[in-house]
Amino acid sequence: MKHLLSTKDLDRDTAVGILDVAEDMADVATREMKKLPTLRGKTVINLFFEDSTRTRTSFEVAAKRLSADLINFTAKGSSVSKGEGLKDTAQTLAAMGADAVVVRHSASGAAQVLAESKWIDASILNAGDGTHEHPTQALLDAFTMRKRLHGEASRGRDLAGLRVTIVGDILHSRVARSNVWLLNTLGASVNLVAPATLLPSNTTGWPVTIGYDLDESIDADPDVVMMLRIQAERMHAAFFPNPREYSRQWGLDDERLSRLRPDTMVMHPGPMVRGLEISAGAADSSRSTVLEQVANGVSVRMAVLYLLLAGAAES
Amino acid sequence: MTARTVLQPADITRALTRISHEILESNREWLDTVVLGIPTRGVVLAQRIGATMVSAADLPIAVGSLDVTMYRDDLARNPTRAPGRTAVPAGGIDGKLVILVDDVLYSGRTIRAALDALSAIGRPRYVRLATLVDRGHRELPIRPDFVGKNLPTTEGERINVRLLEIDGVEEVTIES
Repeated sequence: MKHLLSTKDLDRDTAVGILDVAEDMADVATREMKKLPTLRGKTVINLFFEDSTRTRTSFEVAAKRLSADLINFTAKGSSVSKGEGLKDTAQTLAAMGADAVVVRHSASGAAQVLAESKWIDASILNAGDGTHEHPTQALLDAFTMRKRLHGEASRGRDLAGLRVTIVGDILHSRVARSNVWLLNTLGASVNLVAPATLLPSNTTGWPVTIGYDLDESIDADPDVVMMLRIQAERMHAAFFPNPREYSRQWGLDDERLSRLRPDTMVMHPGPMVRGLEISAGAADSSRSTVLEQVANGVSVRMAVLYLLLAGAAES
Repeated sequence: MTARTVLQPADITRALTRISHEILESNREWLDTVVLGIPTRGVVLAQRIGATMVSAADLPIAVGSLDVTMYRDDLARNPTRAPGRTAVPAGGIDGKLVILVDDVLYSGRTIRAALDALSAIGRPRYVRLATLVDRGHRELPIRPDFVGKNLPTTEGERINVRLLEIDGVEEVTIES
């Protein structure tokens, strides 16, 4: 594997393999000495054209735990704000000897452009491109589900039979897209719930069922309810009348929470807007995996960096 | 390619029993002992050695595994390998006698990596090395403390250790 651009092109064995390596990385995080010498001498660049705290920090912790050198390159206050294009930025990073570039960009397909261009020879990790994909988020979500389901016996297993409901702004969500493909590959079934205005107009070929009523989906007794953030920065049209109405119809409030089984997982990729898509009660309940997701994010990103960078370059 | 069997099941059992008793005899300070196998086959050997030691001596003996993949110096020369499991017994290794167990000792680079991996987990009082087969050709200043069988080889030959728990058969063969 040279790049990680999407979850759509991961097959089951590759995906399970990544999650298994992440298990080993999670073991490292439990011991006093959390650093591995594996990527000593490798340079990883965080190239973020969009705001991010947890993904950028998570990659940073992951790279440092593996002893790679990590450089943060954010668009704000950089040559990009002076008008530099993606090509020149990439060539600059190549000239500095980057072995991997973790890229987040507002344009769908930006990571793929970098990977297929001849501008830079480094491994490209997609950390979110527009409304397209965010593969490491889906991998850490799958890792979290598998860990809650199977605990210590997680290695080698997929998510066969698991029923996952994803709620919220599917239209703009790269997290949802990456999850749809990966969960399907791992044998889980996915139900999307959203206002019709926040669903893509064309979901032909998506391996999902679609609903518009959260209460119906909750009464169908899902194993996982994944709430998505209402992305204020992408709400450029009147997708719903107002936040209160959205919250009442599609928010996970305490009453809906109480109708879920005690072992139903409540997931959220963060950052959460408490009181809008998720109530404080749901976010802080024992069903919530939000903090596990953050911790597992580091393990999964360590696994991906290891698999992309440690071995001999593939020709 | 011809394969010649050099150790039969009974030879392997005898070698491991002898190693177990040698370890016990060498433990003059009567220290808590942790037997750590290096995946894959070293783990099985460590379990067998640990079991023999437990049945022969009334001493706290724990068995675990130590994966060295992340500490290897040849990672960038080979295709990416999936790491194995590290399972350190609950009591840790600080101040204890640690016995590293591998199936075949060759260049010594795996053991070099294992020593690094150990230092990230704790600080044992002593670290000793047990191997079922020592085939020579060391590239580093490393030597075993307990050896099942010394097998002089040429570099082109291959030693295959097959164990019942993993391979369904029990033998050591030399391929040339």
